[in-house]
Amino acid sequence: MSDDLRDLYQDIIIEHSKRPRNFHPMEDGQKAEGFNPLCGDVCTVYVSLEGDVVRDVSFQGSGCAISTASASVMTETLKGKTRRQIEELFGNFHGLVTGTRSPDPIELGKLAVFSGVSEYPTRVKCATLCWHTLRAALEGRDEPVSTE
Amino acid sequence: MRAAPHAASLPHRRAEAGGLDVRRLRADFPILHQQVHGKPLVYLDNAASSQKPRQVIDAVAHFDSTDYANIHRGVHSLSQRATTAFEEARDRVQRFLNAADRKEIVFVRGTTEAINLVAQSYGRMVLNLGDEVLISAMEHHSNIVPWQMVCRERGAVLRVVPMNDDGDLLLDHYERLIGPRTKLVSLVHLSNALGTINPVRRMIDVAHRHGVPVLIDGAQAAPHLAVDVQALDCDFYAFSGHKVYGPSGVGVLYGKAEILEVMPPYQGGGEMISAVTFEKTFYKGLPGKFEAGTPNITGGVGLGVALDYLSGVGLDAAAAHEQALLAYATEQMSRLPQVRIIGTAKEKASVLSFVVDGIHPHDIGTILDREGIAVRAGHHCAQPVMQRFRIPATTRASFAFYNTKEEVDALVAGVRTAIEVFA
Repeated sequence: MSDDLRDLYQDIIIEHSKRPRNFHPMEDGQKAEGFNPLCGDVCTVYVSLEGDVVRDVSFQGSGCAISTASASVMTETLKGKTRRQIEELFGNFHGLVTGTRSPDPIELGKLAVFSGVSEYPTRVKCATLCWHTLRAALEGRDEPVSTE
Repeated sequence: MRAAPHAASLPHRRAEAGGLDVRRLRADFPILHQQVHGKPLVYLDNAASSQKPRQVIDAVAHFDSTDYANIHRGVHSLSQRATTAFEEARDRVQRFLNAADRKEIVFVRGTTEAINLVAQSYGRMVLNLGDEVLISAMEHHSNIVPWQMVCRERGAVLRVVPMNDDGDLLLDHYERLIGPRTKLVSLVHLSNALGTINPVRRMIDVAHRHGVPVLIDGAQAAPHLAVDVQALDCDFYAFSGHKVYGPSGVGVLYGKAEILEVMPPYQGGGEMISAVTFEKTFYKGLPGKFEAGTPNITGGVGLGVALDYLSGVGLDAAAAHEQALLAYATEQMSRLPQVRIIGTAKEKASVLSFVVDGIHPHDIGTILDREGIAVRAGHHCAQPVMQRFRIPATTRASFAFYNTKEEVDALVAGVRTAIEVFA
């Protein structure tokens, strides 16, 4: 297998795709649905806030390894963060997966495993679907989020 | 050409199953001779779009370089030459489909536009409240949505012939679904998602016994099956240029003259009129009535050349070779216990759709791409088919006559790699 494939499908990503964390609905809190009409990936993100701080976050859905792992790792990194911190983190993550911004490894933490995505432009939407959906959940938007 | 006994003495000719000289044919396709991610390109996405032989590429470039002008209007030489080339392409399409008359060949943008033309012209003419249009469970979105649109407008009902778990249509259900309210049957000839070849000859007979006309979506069939519209006795047949080794943006609607004659125009504009005043417009006869505006002139010329090229290869020989590849690929993939093939109809062509335990088709598509292998991963614009099989998507390899057994081996090896990555 080529090195850039190994960069994309890092062990952490494979592991999270097989055993996603926080993979359940949440009764209390806000939720939003996202989908990628091109590939049929669907994602529901649930978020419970305490004031401006994310108390808990979970997701459900079906999709490829990249989209499932991205959502799983995302839910692990958000707890205790404010909306503003999340926006900054998303900007950083987006820059990482699109290759448009040199990432800040300290801020990204575990999210840095998605650096290989920048070599695969068609897979950027897989990695960012859950983040767009999260944003909608934080804003309390009812309309499903579409990557198109 | 058939494999002759002395073929072995000609080292540059390696006849494969089906008797095609595939190596020589591959030399006609410049795009195939490249590396992708450092690996030889293995192009197995022919059901999405096929590649063009040099004959088409050169003919299009020559036409644009020497003869191009607008058609059917100029008195100048270029316009006459362009008109001749475009109308010769119509003759080539007529021969390819064995249509009775060249005026039964309408140039459109592609299969999608052809079906929309019939839905909006014929459909709006015949459909009234409670009438029915009958399609099948394995249609491409382009043979579903145009009917939903016209049915909603006319208060008509869209009915669907179900299929079994192999991807064979249930013909007894089909016979029961056709009734006095049925105004049109529209069926896919060869399923893009499953590879099923539907028994359209028989299904057309059944419809005609009820006096119901039939449209056949031939987008996938035209490159793989010899089509004779008179033998089929279909009322409409639609296909696209870019799946028959020709250009995109051009396609064909065949319609029986007696039906096309009574249908109202689809779009209004130039080309399709014989006289216009502000009070009244007189439409052209066939096929001009359905060809409003300047068409894809160069595309039409390229399509004609592509069809002649395909006829030169020989559809029967191409089909035999593709069948051998499909059988080999099916057998090899079936040996992988993690693989499940979607679409196991008795009669199939070209298409091998599959899912792999625990691996999403998009991940397989990405891993195969890094091996230089182009396949389609997704719902193939046939979401009801995916729903029927309760899967979100499949990986689809689709074969053309220029594919080889070695390329099938590369595909199977690539799927093994994907299984290892996710082990």
